[in-house]
Order: sequence, then C-alpha cells, then structure tokens
Amino acid sequence: MINLVGEPSPILPVGERGGPAQPLISVRGLLKHFPVKGSGFLKPKKVVHAVDGVDFDILKGETLGVVGESGCGKSTTARLLMQLITPDRGEILFDGESAGETLPLSEYRRQVQMVFQDSYASLNPRLTIEESIAFAPRVHGVPAAKAIARAHDLLHRVGLEPVRFAGRYPHELSGGQRQRVNIARALALEPRLVILDEAVSALDKSVEAQVLNLLLDLKRDFGLTYLFISHDLNVVRFMCERVMVMYLGKVAEIGERDAIFEKTRHPYSSALLASMPKMNPGERTLEPPLSGDPPNPIDPPAGCRFHTRCSFAEDVCRQTLPPLSRISGAQSAACLMAMTNSGHSRAPVQMEA
Amino acid sequence: MSAVTTDIDAPVGVLVAKSPGFWSNVLRRLIRDPVAMIALAIIVILVLIAIFAPYIAPYDPSKGSVIRRLKPIGTPGYIFGTDELGRDMLSRLIHGTRLSLIMGVIPVPIAFIIGSTIGIIAGYAGGIVNTLIMRTIDVFYAFPSVLLAVALSGALGSGLTNALVSLTVVFIPQIARVAESVTTQVRKLDYVDAARASGASAATIIRVHILGNVLGPIFVFATSLISVSMILASGLSFLGLGVRPPDAEWGLMLNTLRTAIYSNPFVAALPGVMIFITSICFNLFSDGLRTAMDVKS
Repeated sequence: MINLVGEPSPILPVGERGGPAQPLISVRGLLKHFPVKGSGFLKPKKVVHAVDGVDFDILKGETLGVVGESGCGKSTTARLLMQLITPDRGEILFDGESAGETLPLSEYRRQVQMVFQDSYASLNPRLTIEESIAFAPRVHGVPAAKAIARAHDLLHRVGLEPVRFAGRYPHELSGGQRQRVNIARALALEPRLVILDEAVSALDKSVEAQVLNLLLDLKRDFGLTYLFISHDLNVVRFMCERVMVMYLGKVAEIGERDAIFEKTRHPYSSALLASMPKMNPGERTLEPPLSGDPPNPIDPPAGCRFHTRCSFAEDVCRQTLPPLSRISGAQSAACLMAMTNSGHSRAPVQMEA
Repeated sequence: MSAVTTDIDAPVGVLVAKSPGFWSNVLRRLIRDPVAMIALAIIVILVLIAIFAPYIAPYDPSKGSVIRRLKPIGTPGYIFGTDELGRDMLSRLIHGTRLSLIMGVIPVPIAFIIGSTIGIIAGYAGGIVNTLIMRTIDVFYAFPSVLLAVALSGALGSGLTNALVSLTVVFIPQIARVAESVTTQVRKLDYVDAARASGASAATIIRVHILGNVLGPIFVFATSLISVSMILASGLSFLGLGVRPPDAEWGLMLNTLRTAIYSNPFVAALPGVMIFITSICFNLFSDGLRTAMDVKS
C-alpha cells in the first residue's frame, strides 16, 4: 500500500476491520425504480424497474466483472454503489458496516471511487489536470501543496509525466491520456474499491490494452478491489476473477470466471457467451443466439424475467420468479433449470427420503 | 519503479508547464475579431465622452436662447444645430451620454448577479426547488419586457433610481432562465458526479465546477441585454418615466424634439442615432464574445 499521509494509525483503517474473509462490499436487496416522466398525474404511475432487488458481494482484492445488455441496470448499480443516487430499498455493507449509517457517508466516499466511460465529460474543462486530481484531497482537508504533490505522484504512476501534463487542460489530451487522468483522480483519495463503469470501452484497442495493464498494475500496487462494468466479454475474462451477469435489473448468474465462461447454468449467460466474436473462423456462430430486444423495464414480464426470449421456457417459468440460488461454491444462478425440484422438466430432481 | 513505494518519487515542486487558460484563449480570439474590436473601441470612446463631458462640450447643455431655436445641422458654431429651446445639440448629446450609459449599463450587472444566483441555485438543486423557483420566474417572464418596465416604473413613480430598479427587475427573470438552463446541462456531466462522489459539498461543487462553466454563456447573454436596456431606458425617458427635464438623456431628448420632426427632422433624429450606435456596438461586442467563447480548443 502506498502511504502518502504519514504514520500508520493505531486503529485499523476502514476496509481492513472485518479481516480478509469479510466481503469488501455486500449488497442486499438493492432496488431502484425511476418514475416515468409524465405518468402519475391523472394516469397510473409508471416506474422503470432499473435495478430490481440485487444481491451480490465483492470480495477483498478481487475484480468483479458485470456484464449484460444495455439497459440491464449495470450503470444504475454502479451509481447506487457510489451513492450518487439513493436506493429505494436495500442495504450496502462496506466491510460489514452499513454505508450511510454506522459508516458515515463521507468516510464511505473516501473508500469507493469511480471512473466513468466518457473521459472528456468526466473532467472539468476549466481545470488543469493537477487541479482536477487534487480537488478531492482538498475537499477532505489535505493542504493545497500536499494535494498537488499527490496529484503529481499519481500522474507519474499512471504514466503521464507531471512536468509535461500537470498544467494542461483536458482538451489538450488524447482519450487514453484523459482516462489515465480519470484513474489518477479516482485514486487520489486512496480508495479501497474503484468502480470502472465501461472505463475502457471508448478507447481504441491498443490504448485499451495499455490502460487495462495499467489497471492491473495499480490494483497490485495499491491493493485495490475493482467492480469492472463492461460489455466486452473478452476484456472481462482477462480482467476479472468473478463475473456477474445482469438481465433486466436482476442478477441472472454470478460466479467465478471459469465457472461462468466454461459451464454456465443460465440460458441468458450462454446466449451472451455465444455472441462473443470468435477468433477461429470454424467456430463462427451462424445463427444469432438470442433474438429480439429485452422486454420494457417499465413493465417487466411476470415470472422469470428471461422467459420471453428463452428457448427452454415452460409454463412454470411464466409463473415463478427464480431466486438466485447457489449451484456450487463457485456459482449461483437464477434459473429454474438449475434449481432442484423447481418444477421445470430439465431441473434436477431429488427424491424425498 | 518498485511495486511498493512509501515516498513520493515524482518530481515535486518543479516548474510545471502551464497551458494558457480558457479566458486567455478567449481574449486572444477576441482581439483578432476586427468587428468586436471596433465596437469595443466605440464603447470606450463613449465612456470617455461620458466621463469628460463637461470638458468636451462646447456649451452649457441646459442654457438655451430663444433666438437660436431649431437651427439646422451645420450652423456655424452649432455643428449639430440646436433644439427646441435653443440649446446646443452637440453639448446635449455629449452630456446625454452620461445618463444614457448609466441607465443602459447599470441594470445589467445587477440583474446578472441576482439572476445568475437564482438560476444557478434552481438549476443545481433541480426537482421541486427548481420547479418552484422557475415557475415564479415565469410569472414575470410572461409579461413583454417593455410592458413590465413601463408598468413597474409607472407604479414606482418617475425618476432615475426607479427606472433603474424597474429595468433590473425586468432583466432578472431573463438572466435566471438562461442561468438555469446552462446549469441544468452542466450538472448532468460526469465531472459533477465525480465531484459529488468525492464528498464535496454543494457549495464547493458550485464554486469550483459549476461557476467556471456556466458564467461564460450567462455573461454573453447579459452583454446582449445592455443594448435592450439602453432602448428600454430611452423608452422610459421618452414616456416621462425616467429622467426628467432639463437633464440631458437621449430618450428624453427624442421626446422633447418630436415636435420638431417636420421642421427639422435631422436634428430631431440625432438622439435616436446615438441610441442606435451605442446599442449596436454592445450587440456586436457580445456577438464577438460569443464567437470567441464558442470555439473548442
């Protein structure tokens, strides 16, 4: 761990108190419904079920990848975790402490930072690079000279020479350089968790690879934990220890990378994986694994969210909402086919003793 | 570089090459704009005339003579002629610059400060606060600006201060609206979210991240209001709601000279020409400023 502040404090810092086995973040029943504009007045109130009851853990030191189609609630989950929007329901436990209650919000915000997709929009065009990076430490009471020194150090760490770049403005930098600045800015508060919301998606491939390697180096050097949101499954496979698949505001499947990529148990995950571009021309997918658009999140289907597009859907799928249930120690899926005695013809059956 | 560092190994305290800031770039582009520079030069000349009016004016602007009434333009000694009371037009126009500029310029910065504050608060707060503030503003906005200015001055009574107050009130809703819409746009940008995520208070975010990005467009809009303010102020004086005779003010001069419009039309039109020149200069300058600020990088 880099220590820029000074002496180690006798009290264990936030994020270390629960010990290595305690998940860094535990999300329980997170729910956010956005009201639809123009509804509710002389009309029935409509809401977008953006995030509809989500549970997951992020373990200490891991990279959790989040994948799913556009509109499945990936970014909303990230913003809820960042406390940029307040959840309607649900709890966020940071190292066993409830964020906003036992752990004050300002302390929580030091621990969790975010890198956004749009590298240009996430930097204030009127501030120089060093001012942007030094802003957060200044807010938390670090003296100006020390904050600027920290900004220079971080610029150095993300591969931008402070002598050349610190005094520049965002528009004078390339997309990759700007994203490095955003990463440096996110690290300025020495957080434990960094949320990367499509952080490399807007970069071209060679720059993307550089930034990904930088992220891996920083993770090792600073002891970081990542929540890595992406639609690029190859990148997720490269970066993440565990993967969470989201569909229509719910977790479809979550588990270790190899379990998800090798033996997925949810038909949506397998469709998603089948849509991955293949290097081998012989393995090209000829038919689209999944057709149609996801249903409208204003009016999600009853039962399993995925039954409208699932090729294994049966009557029971239209009636029962499958809970996220553990399949093995490494994997959980929300599918009736993976649940014992669920009533689905493909479900494993266990005889009563 | 070692994987674990405890000290700062980046060069600290070195001279960082600082890029030219946004405003110095704007200034550079503005200087290269000939139209804006000519307009600015005329504005500066008018301000100088206003300051040094007593030294420039050849005659006392309020001293008339019955035998010299309504001399045409070009009369020896009175190059712009005389008005209906035999006062020298040139001297009156020079002295009129003072009150006309005061009435045109003063309401705008005051309205700029108040209107921006209201608009930025409404835009940043959003939601119900925004709705409450902006719908109240809309009540004022619903009146045509001339009508509102006349009604307010009429209610407050004539006089310079009351005219200034009513003009300021007319401009506040307009500036607040622009400020609100610009702030609402900026507030949605990721860097504001990033600042919120860093735990900064609303006041700090507005000061560091919002103000620098919204004041420019509001400022440009406000400069364009100066010309409107000049015309409205002249209108108020013309109606007898602003400056009172015998003070020299271009709008008031237009009013008193309107009786001479058939006998001596060119002299009667002179104050109007001055109003036109001044307001178009402010307009051209604000256009130049807008262009200079629009360009990216």
